[in-house]
Amino acid sequence: MTGMKHLLSIADLERNDLEDLLELSESFREVTQRDIPKVPALRGKVVVSLFYEDSTRTRISFETAAKRLSCDVMAFSVSSSSVQKGESLRDTVQTIEAMGIDAVVVRHSAAGAPNRVASWIDASVINAGDGCHEHPTQALLDLLTLRRHLGASLDGARVAIVGDIAHSRVARSGALAFAALGADVTLVAPPTLLPSTVAGWPVTVSHDLDELIPELDVIYLLRIQRERQGAVLFPSLREYTARYGLTVERASRLRKDALVMHPGPMNRGVEIAAEVAEGPASVITEQVTNGVAVRMAVLYTLLGTGAPVV
Amino acid sequence: MSGAPRADNSQQHDPPAAAGNGGRFVFRARVFDADELRRAHTRIAHEIIERNHGAADLVLVGLYTRGVAIARRLADVISGFESVDVPVGALDVAFYRDDIALRAVQPLGPTEVPVDVSGRVVVLVDDVLFTGRTVRAALDALTELGRPRAVQLAVLVDRGHRELPIRADYVGKNLPTNEGDDVRVRLAETDEEPDGVELWSQEGAP
Repeated sequence: MTGMKHLLSIADLERNDLEDLLELSESFREVTQRDIPKVPALRGKVVVSLFYEDSTRTRISFETAAKRLSCDVMAFSVSSSSVQKGESLRDTVQTIEAMGIDAVVVRHSAAGAPNRVASWIDASVINAGDGCHEHPTQALLDLLTLRRHLGASLDGARVAIVGDIAHSRVARSGALAFAALGADVTLVAPPTLLPSTVAGWPVTVSHDLDELIPELDVIYLLRIQRERQGAVLFPSLREYTARYGLTVERASRLRKDALVMHPGPMNRGVEIAAEVAEGPASVITEQVTNGVAVRMAVLYTLLGTGAPVV
Repeated sequence: MSGAPRADNSQQHDPPAAAGNGGRFVFRARVFDADELRRAHTRIAHEIIERNHGAADLVLVGLYTRGVAIARRLADVISGFESVDVPVGALDVAFYRDDIALRAVQPLGPTEVPVDVSGRVVVLVDDVLFTGRTVRAALDALTELGRPRAVQLAVLVDRGHRELPIRADYVGKNLPTNEGDDVRVRLAETDEEPDGVELWSQEGAP
């Protein structure tokens, strides 16, 4: 764990790396609950958020995390930058790095963009979502949320990830992370929303949500990403909801202690009914709260260990 | 899961400044056996109550990991002769240390102080006082939680070699040491070993 320089994908991490980050996150959860939720740990470090895609929670969450560690935060907004004049990603990050920064948080529509950035600069790089590839801090905050409810080990927990798997970096990072901690992960989607690479994932696949519902410890709903779909992959939103949405009726067949998760933003009434999202089984707002703590843990691990960086 | 202190790495607290030159540690002296340690706790507990004219408004705040166990023992002793329950807290100082980014500084557990420290007398509790840098960090960490009326410091062993202007109010034993020595505190709660304190020196040291 010490010596970790970038956080690019969950696939790079071992089970004990994940557990170390989650333990550290518990300490930061306590910090975030104080009257003054701030520690001086990373004074003088500069963190840049470089978002080529829109985001509310991830961006604010990272910036909050960095500020609570006493980092200086620079926010880069594509729409008001020289990207509009045609500046390339490489020139942009090298320009930013020349100002003296310690970490850059990258969101980009192209899978692998954060890995390229990491190869160009000396600062630490954190993947905040790259195309349909990975979103590692989302998986970490989901793990923290699950652990706080199910206990430190997820061994044998039945988790279903439901929805647009093919376009979802959340699904890939989440499936890898849940499985790494011992959960039994099932992807549930119509065949058109499954990625072609799913054979290599540590999961089983199902097309029938109703059959699984009574056995689940956790149901994780993904957003139907209308902005990423070039083609029509299911007949209609209404039909999608009828077969794969967590309706009030379906939710009533979940076990009493089952948890309902969603990475947000939600399409209420499509993948999840509004009543279910706000119901007692939902841990959706906890996920957001935990996001700040895990991002503090990631920043502290990358910037605060003092390990010689390679 | 949450709230459970992590396995202690005894080098986490102020590692000996001169350590790391490869010397093997050899046993030098037994500083406290279990009975002597118990008497030191009892004496410190009485000194705390005497100096503060009772236990009202007191909070004992232990520094992870062994300081927390010692703070609980002191509270038990005090409740035995004063018939009051003194609140006990646990403080992690990792995020306030001045050597973050010089080495891997990992927190040892979440900070948990059950009462508002503002207006109270806080007694910080640790096992060994050495450079004073841990206590310096603890004062910063404590300030974030409120404004105590006074802060005092209790330690089992003061081994000297201060690098900051800090001193303890209650001391189990003043122990002259070399800078590279290792003062090994073992407590039943944290170490799964019988209580005791030993002094170990690097091979070849004077």
